[in-house]
Amino acid sequence: MTSFSDSGAATASSAASGGSTAAWATSFFASKFGIGKRELENYLSEALSRGGDYADLYFEYVASTSISIDESIIKSATQGVSLGVGIRVIAGERTGYAHSGDLSPEKIRAAARVAAMIASGPSKVESATLEDGPKRNLYPIVTAPAETAFHERVELAWRADRAARAYDSKIFQVQVTWADNIREVLVATSDGVLSFDRQPLARLSVYALARDAAGSPQQGHAGGGGRREISWFHDERTPEFFAEDAARQAVAQLTAVEAPAGEQTVVLGPGWPGVLLHEAVGHGLEADFNRKGVSAFSGRIGQKVASELCTVIDDGTIGGRRGSLNVDDEGNPTQRNVLIEKGILRGYLQDRLSSRILGVAPTGSGRRESYECVPMPRMTNTFMLAGESDPQDVIRSVKRGLYCANFAGGQVDITSGNFVFSASESYLIEDGKLTRPVKNATLIGNGPESLGRISMVGCDLELDEGIGVCGKEGQSVPVGVGMPTVRIDGMTVGGTA
Amino acid sequence: MTLDDLKELAQTVVRRATEAGAEGAECTVSDSTDFSAKVRMGELEKLQQAGSTGVGLRVITGRKMGASYTSDLTRDGIDRMVRSAVDLASFTTEDPHAGMPDEGEMATSTADLGLYSDGVAQLDSEVKIDSARRAEAAALAVDPRISNSEGGSFESNLGLRAFANSHGFCGGWRASSCSISVVPVAKWDGGMERDYWYTLSRDYAGLDSPEYVGQRAAERTLRRLGAVKVETQKVPVVFEQRAARTLLGHVFEAVDGRSIYRESSFLAGKLGEKVASEGITIIDDATIPGMFGSQPFDDEGVRTRRTVVIERGILKNYLLNSYAARKLGMRTTGNASRGLTGNAGVGIGNFFIEPGARSGAEMISGIRNGFFVTELIGNGVNTVTGDYSRGAVGIWIRDGELAFAVSEVTIAGTLQEILAGAEIGNDPEIRGSMWSPTILVPEMTVSGK
Repeated sequence: MTSFSDSGAATASSAASGGSTAAWATSFFASKFGIGKRELENYLSEALSRGGDYADLYFEYVASTSISIDESIIKSATQGVSLGVGIRVIAGERTGYAHSGDLSPEKIRAAARVAAMIASGPSKVESATLEDGPKRNLYPIVTAPAETAFHERVELAWRADRAARAYDSKIFQVQVTWADNIREVLVATSDGVLSFDRQPLARLSVYALARDAAGSPQQGHAGGGGRREISWFHDERTPEFFAEDAARQAVAQLTAVEAPAGEQTVVLGPGWPGVLLHEAVGHGLEADFNRKGVSAFSGRIGQKVASELCTVIDDGTIGGRRGSLNVDDEGNPTQRNVLIEKGILRGYLQDRLSSRILGVAPTGSGRRESYECVPMPRMTNTFMLAGESDPQDVIRSVKRGLYCANFAGGQVDITSGNFVFSASESYLIEDGKLTRPVKNATLIGNGPESLGRISMVGCDLELDEGIGVCGKEGQSVPVGVGMPTVRIDGMTVGGTA
Repeated sequence: MTLDDLKELAQTVVRRATEAGAEGAECTVSDSTDFSAKVRMGELEKLQQAGSTGVGLRVITGRKMGASYTSDLTRDGIDRMVRSAVDLASFTTEDPHAGMPDEGEMATSTADLGLYSDGVAQLDSEVKIDSARRAEAAALAVDPRISNSEGGSFESNLGLRAFANSHGFCGGWRASSCSISVVPVAKWDGGMERDYWYTLSRDYAGLDSPEYVGQRAAERTLRRLGAVKVETQKVPVVFEQRAARTLLGHVFEAVDGRSIYRESSFLAGKLGEKVASEGITIIDDATIPGMFGSQPFDDEGVRTRRTVVIERGILKNYLLNSYAARKLGMRTTGNASRGLTGNAGVGIGNFFIEPGARSGAEMISGIRNGFFVTELIGNGVNTVTGDYSRGAVGIWIRDGELAFAVSEVTIAGTLQEILAGAEIGNDPEIRGSMWSPTILVPEMTVSGK
């Protein structure tokens, strides 16, 4: 089972490339831990000593900070460090994996020997000489939020708390969470790839509760971030922007009516509702499921799996985005992958293992939660290209239906293709106009079938604000989603009215 | 590292933190040794083995809290962690309710809760891999329509946990666990479905046989084939044990002391009131020997206990850590839950619902037109308002019989209505730390066509 959580909503930014070209000698693990290329090559040889076909080392150091304000008190402030190395050996279709939180040479060698046990036989592959991979920088950040003064980050959280409370006297509870980290990674492979990256990440989220005399409290949630400078939170997306959005949603829910039950025409707003693509097609196109033939999309490359209005992209190279990476967690550069082109299924998301077995090129989609985890094919930023319809015309075209502006998350069963996502902000469409807000409801559909029912695509592509977390087999990674306004003719809405 | 090493490290960290200026300090050290093997279509696919250790520290100075953690156990790494928590406590705001639990709440008993079995540590890798292989093979042998698989797995874990605080409390325990699981895939007439089954125990001898796990998984997968979408309608809904258990999860969220003091629960302010049908009694008990939710003290060092949450429909108690207790003017129930980071949250011990009179089969036999739910997906539950709407998979009930498979529908209602109308079965499936018998809800909206 795969899932998606958290919420946000709006604007695309363009790719920035070039920039930093850090050399190995000055890289994090070489300079801080004195790890040399020779040692890495020795660890790789140890990993292949029992006859594996391929081995890689993944060093990771993550320094994190999180601050949470609740009831206008800083209730929690935490800083922490996680550090370790994961060692993988592939022998045929088998994977051996071990990790160590201790970077002493003897512990790393011991882990290499454990991973090596997946193979049995004499050593047969020579580990290649390590060479630095090509360099680019999608997040050329001089001072990461994690490196700014603590009080500067706390102040951003305070501003959100004040703004949410000031929005409306009906707001009675506000929780604000600031979280940032810097992740330093180093990947060395027996193919000779040596790759390292510094990956800053920050987000601000706001949760607000509103109540009036009438009934039970209602909640609203918003937030955003990415691989950004702290100035982004001052100039581009302020704490007030997120706070007011959360408060607005909570207040709107106070007058919400019961959601309809049964099949409806559904219009999804731009941005965060792109979670539809993440669930309906994204997971089903991850190569591990397809190589094993357990996805509803298995064996369907070249076939029509969506309406011809749909072109779906997974792009890990968009500058500053939460789902973007210079290199994936297997040392391959990320890229822009066309998954569906005008309704036709074009390709899967590959990691090294699947691409080796299937004999195709990796797509820069190998990701993992931490050094304790085996990499898998994963999404980065997944979105649908803009179409030609005016978003207002899309809404006007519906006599009676549901408009969904925000979602609280979703989940998919990749084998049957059935997926759900939970609307956290939606409105009735009556005679082509948005009328009353509607209570939270789950929408359910079948991947290939739902995309076939997309009948209008707006010209207003937006990417989400940057707080998405994708879960697969127990591993969480940051991702982005995006979508223009779309009309789907017939989705089951799980209301009671 | 041994448990004594971990305890010593926890005490050292607490001492260093108080020397560095903290008024109060508490430290958790955890150590875990994990093994997992996955076999797919008869071939070993993945073998993973590793150990990891982490330390978490929380300090309080003048009603201000700071927390830090590290996986870097070098002297330097520990020093940095201590400095970081103490520094943070000087930056945060004063919270009149912040603090450690009272000294008198600390656990004193050292009774062995039977959480550890030597057998797991001594298991041979070949035996573990073979268990996974046998379970998958049993699933594949059930029916030719089971033609594929996401694999059979064996996982085991040996864990050590130590905790010390500046009240002078220091304790710890060892735990073991192992599990066998299988995810078969069935294909028939253009459709493809998967389901799963697993067994979980503190000891290898406590596991169901791999063959049993494989057969159960295969039967569950086969019965999903040919699923259709039904018309939208209001009908009785029967939650199979595995689905019923998720309802308990929502009840826990709603009685979590943090959502009570924030007034963000549909059960806030309802203590002593009737919130469920007479047949519903829900207990939290972390003292049951050998169970997965058992531990001798909670993550603040407070003794664990049995707490009646709902008794014959009346809301009796919330579940609290020391902070939520102070906020509400109550006493902690020993439900503090904390990983290595941040403040203590609230968690369950063993959280379960007392069995009722009828079996699931008897409930089904009395229903003319209804829905037997076997799996739920999505997160459409709002415990602030009680609104409930989730994707569901299961079998349609017609004239008291399980008639045909159903999918791509949702079930909706409110948790208030579900609790008020629910009938509890007599057939709990006791596994893990949260369990339930079959539950019958007289009416919910099923959305389909």
